Amino acid sequence: MKDHSFWRKKIEALSSRIAKNNPTYNKWEREVLQSWLKSRDKKPGYAHKLTYSAEDVPAGQDNMPGVYPFTRGIYPDMYNGKIWSMRMFSGFGTPEDTNERLKYLLKQGETGLSIAFDEPTLYGINCDDARAEGEIGRCGVNVTTLKDMEVIFKDIPLEKVSTSMTINAPAIILFAMFVSVAQKRGVPLAMLSGTLQADMLKEYIAQKEWVYPPEAHLRLMRDMMVFSTKKMPKWNHVSVSGYHIREAGATAVQELAFTLADGFYYIDMGIKAGLDVDEFAPRISFFFDSSINMFEEIAKFRAARRIWARVLKDKYGAKDPRSLKLRFHTQTSGYTLSWQQPLNNIVRTSLEALSAVLGGTQSLHTNSYDEALALPTEAAAKVALRTQQIIAEETGVVDVVDPLGGSYYIENLTQRMELEAYRYFDKIDSMGGILEAIKNGYPQKEIAKSSYERQTRLESLEDVMVGVNKYKDDEEKPINILRIDRKPEMIQRKRLTSIKRARDEKKIVACLKKLRAAMASDDTNTVPYVIAAVKAYATLGEIMDVGREVYGEWKEPKIL
Amino acid sequence: MVNGKNLKYSEKPIRVLIAKPGIDGHDRGVYVLARAFRDAGMEVIYPGLLPTPESIVDAAIDEDVDVIALSLLNGAHMAVFTKVMKTLNKKKVKDIAVVGGGIIPDEDKPKLEKIGVTGNYGPGTPLSVIIEHVKMRAFAVRNEKWGRKKRAT
Repeated sequence: MKDHSFWRKKIEALSSRIAKNNPTYNKWEREVLQSWLKSRDKKPGYAHKLTYSAEDVPAGQDNMPGVYPFTRGIYPDMYNGKIWSMRMFSGFGTPEDTNERLKYLLKQGETGLSIAFDEPTLYGINCDDARAEGEIGRCGVNVTTLKDMEVIFKDIPLEKVSTSMTINAPAIILFAMFVSVAQKRGVPLAMLSGTLQADMLKEYIAQKEWVYPPEAHLRLMRDMMVFSTKKMPKWNHVSVSGYHIREAGATAVQELAFTLADGFYYIDMGIKAGLDVDEFAPRISFFFDSSINMFEEIAKFRAARRIWARVLKDKYGAKDPRSLKLRFHTQTSGYTLSWQQPLNNIVRTSLEALSAVLGGTQSLHTNSYDEALALPTEAAAKVALRTQQIIAEETGVVDVVDPLGGSYYIENLTQRMELEAYRYFDKIDSMGGILEAIKNGYPQKEIAKSSYERQTRLESLEDVMVGVNKYKDDEEKPINILRIDRKPEMIQRKRLTSIKRARDEKKIVACLKKLRAAMASDDTNTVPYVIAAVKAYATLGEIMDVGREVYGEWKEPKIL
Repeated sequence: MVNGKNLKYSEKPIRVLIAKPGIDGHDRGVYVLARAFRDAGMEVIYPGLLPTPESIVDAAIDEDVDVIALSLLNGAHMAVFTKVMKTLNKKKVKDIAVVGGGIIPDEDKPKLEKIGVTGNYGPGTPLSVIIEHVKMRAFAVRNEKWGRKKRAT
C-alpha cells in the first residue's frame, strides 16, 4: 500500500472538509456558556468541546445505509433482516468439555460457534511437550491431533452452524483439521461457513503468538487465502483483528489504523498471489474491540466501514459491492473488566455490546462477568449471552438502522477518526509499509506508550474504574470461578499416546517429507499437504516443526 | 555495575529481571511495569517472550539482579512459577528474590508465598504498591547478602 500521494490527497480532502471553526459554537460559548459559568463562580471554560452543532458535520457525504461508502451500515435493513450472530468465544479443558459447552450454548440460543484454543495449541506445541506442562486446557481447548477436532465438533452440524476459529500461527493446521472433519463426514467444502482468524500481522503487533518469521507465516496465510477462495465460497479466510491490538493498550484510533493497515497488506498479498481483488476481498472479515467509551467506539466502527469502502474502491479498483463492505465481529473489552466487584462487569459489557450494535456489527461476543478472573463458568456465560438477547429483543434499538447517523457529535467524530487513520497510513508508508514498521517495532512502541499513559491516568484517577481505583469495597466476597485442574492434561496425553500407537508411522514420515518440500517451494500451495498430514494423524507439533526447520524461528525486535 | 561503584549497597539502583515464563504472549503488563520500574529508578532487564525457567535463572545470575518479577496471565502460574523456583534452588541461588503477578486466584497466593514467590498482584493493583514490594524484597536480599559478606570479613 505504499502510496504517499494517495494518503496525502485523502488527508487534504478530509481536513479541508472538517470545519476548524464553528461560529455558532463560538458565539454560544461566549454568550451562553461563559456567563453561565460566571454566574456559578466557576472557571471560564472546559478543556474539551462541550457540544456539537450542524457546522461540525461535513456537508452532504453520507446518504443511506446499504449504500457506498456504507458508513451507515452494510445492509439497507440491517438487524430488521437479520440479527447479528451471537457468537460466544468458548473452549476449555478437553475436547469433550468444549463439545459439551458448545452444545449447551447452541441450546441456549447461540447462533454461531467460536472456538478458543489453549496456549500450547496457539503456539503449535503438543500436549506432551515439557513446555506445555501445566498449560493444557487453561485458556481454551487443547488440540493436538485431528482426533481432538473430531470430538470438539461431535453432533454439531458443520453444514448448518458457522464456526469461527481463533487460531493464527498454526492456523493452517487447524484449518486442515476442520476441513478434514467435514470431508470425513461427507460435508462438501462449499457448504462450510465460518472464519479463520489467521491474521498474523497483528500477532507481531500485539498478541505475540508467532513461531516463524513474518514472511513465512504470511506465505502460509496466502496459501489458505488462495485455497479457500477457490473451494470455499462461504469461508472467511482471514479475520483482520483490532481486538488484540486494542487490548494490548492501543487507543481507538490506533486500533482502527493498524487493523486497516493490516487489511490493506492482505489485499496487496492476494493481488500479488494472482487473485483478482473482487475474488477474495469479499471474504476478508474484521474483528474489533468494543471498549467502554461508547461514542468513540460507535464512531470507530462507522469510520472503519467508510475507510475500507473508499480505499478498496479508489486504490484497489474493487467493483463488487461485497468487496467494499467491511463486515466485522466484535468482542466487548476484556481490559475494561475488573477483578474487583466482578458483577459490575455485567454493566460494562452491556454498554460495550450496545455500542457494537449501534455501530452495526455483524457478530458479537459478550464477555462474562468473571472473565477478569478466569474462563467463564456456564452460569456467567449464560448471563453474557442473555445480555445480547435483551439488546436484540427487548430494547428496540434494532428497529432503526444507524440510529445515531446524523448526530452532530457522532458524524464529526467519525470524520476525525477517519482523518487520523489516514495520517497513520501515511506514516506507516513512509516507513516502508506495515511489515517493515512492525519489524522496526513501530506499532508495538505506539501501543506500549498508549498503554502506559492509560495506566498513568488510572493511577492519578484521571481515568476512573469503579471498584478498582474509586468506590472500592474492602469486604468483598469472592465469587465462584471455573477452576481447571490437571485432568485434561492427563487425558490429552493419554489420547496422544494411543493415537501414536495406532497410526501408520511410515505414512507420517512420507506426508511430512512432502510437506517440507512444499513449504520450501514458494510456488506450491501447502494446504493439501497439511490436510494429508493431519488425516494421517500427524500431530500439531510435528507439522509445526517442519516449518521450524524450513523457516526458522522469530525473535521479536526490542522495544524497551 | 557501572553506575553504582561508589555507592553503598542500599543506594545502588535495584536491578529487576521481568520475565513471562511459560507459553504466554500477553505482554501489556510487563511493558507497563518495565516503564514504571525505570521511572522509579530501577534498572530493568526484559529478555523477551517464551523463556524457559533455565534461561530466566541464567539471565538473572548473569545480570546480577536483585529481583525476578514473573508475570503470567494464562492460569499456569502454579506449575510454571514452581519450575522457576526449583531451578533457582537447584543452582543454589539465595540472593535473588522472586515476585509474581498476573491472573492469580486468591487461594493460590499462600501456596506461591510458601515456595517463595511473593506479591502475586492482580489487575487493578496500583503501580506504587508493586514498586514498594519489589524494593522491600530487593533490600531484604541485599541486607542478607551484605550481612553475610560482613560476617565473612
